[in-house]
Amino acid sequence: MKIQIILKGIFKENPIFVLMLGMCPTLATTSSAINGFSMGLATTFVLVLSNLTVSLIAKQIPDKVRIPSYVVIIATFVTVIDLLMAGYLPDIHATLGIFIPLIVVNCIVLARAESFAAKNGASNSIVDGLGSGLGFTLALSLLGFARELLGEYAIFGTKLIETDGMVLFILAPGAFIALAYLTVLFNMIKKRLIK
Amino acid sequence: MEYIQILVSAIFVNNVVLSRFLGICPFLGVSNRVSTSLGMGGAVIFVLTIAAIVCYLIQNFILVPLQIKFMQTISFILVIAALVQMVEIILKKVSPSLYQALGIFLPLITTNCAVLGVAILSIQKNYNLLQTTVFALASGLGFALALLLFAGLREQLELSSNIPKALKGMPAALLVAGLLAMAFMGFAGIVN
Repeated sequence: MKIQIILKGIFKENPIFVLMLGMCPTLATTSSAINGFSMGLATTFVLVLSNLTVSLIAKQIPDKVRIPSYVVIIATFVTVIDLLMAGYLPDIHATLGIFIPLIVVNCIVLARAESFAAKNGASNSIVDGLGSGLGFTLALSLLGFARELLGEYAIFGTKLIETDGMVLFILAPGAFIALAYLTVLFNMIKKRLIK
Repeated sequence: MEYIQILVSAIFVNNVVLSRFLGICPFLGVSNRVSTSLGMGGAVIFVLTIAAIVCYLIQNFILVPLQIKFMQTISFILVIAALVQMVEIILKKVSPSLYQALGIFLPLITTNCAVLGVAILSIQKNYNLLQTTVFALASGLGFALALLLFAGLREQLELSSNIPKALKGMPAALLVAGLLAMAFMGFAGIVN
């Protein structure tokens, strides 16, 4: 049961390739695999904790102020991860920059709080947050991996060939183009597996 | 001269959507029609500018004097959410026709990361109030420009029938966005 929830987040309802939510950090922070991976983990942290908190107190919140309350909960955990990363991982914090506070407006986090955590128990909500977070992390890491490979001919920062890569993939247009082809690939694999 | 530089830089060279990647969700979501993209663009210019000014005032007159800068994210997002509500109510009373045009887009703007992003960026850049205003206005214009161009391209895309089946829908739109971003790269180097 729990594994099904996780798999749903990673595959059937992948935040990036299927739902197309949270595109800003996806495109902006994936110039390398490591950057995409750390952004994914930071978002997963917020997703799991905000899902847990929302599921615990959802019944106490009046319906009318539901969304603002969720936003405050999410903003609290975003501030926590922002300060933690600034303290312990200053390099990554500097590269991701403005996109860490912007996790607040990442649609996935609010979507999971509203559509899942508010209606389900604590343990299922943690698992759901973990599933969506892992799906997000997977997509960001893949995109970062592909862009780094094509743009710098490198894997995780180690150069494979000592020449300049196709720089376009590191720059802004490459983000859109790489994501377009990865989405096609994801859909093709999904279709095969369903058959 | 300095203000013109901020203006050109934020509209063309460092376009919010195509180079800073802020506000991608409405960029991909509300770009099916040129007419709706005009409405969304107008609403964003409006809210973005007011939000950046209010956030600037909050940062410099509340958060910094009280030494609670770590409350930035929480207070900004609440202010933006409240502001959007307020703009909606005021518009409804003052100018019903403008409300008709922008109304349905206003609630969507709270989750537009361009608004929060520009507010935080102008504080990171240490802009003064006037610079913040120009920067926010220019960013809004840049967003509207990119959205409008993209909507026009997508309308044409709908008409063409020879897109490969696998690329139909979002992937094709993403490729077009990539080409548009490439076109905007041509502006690099106009201003530093």
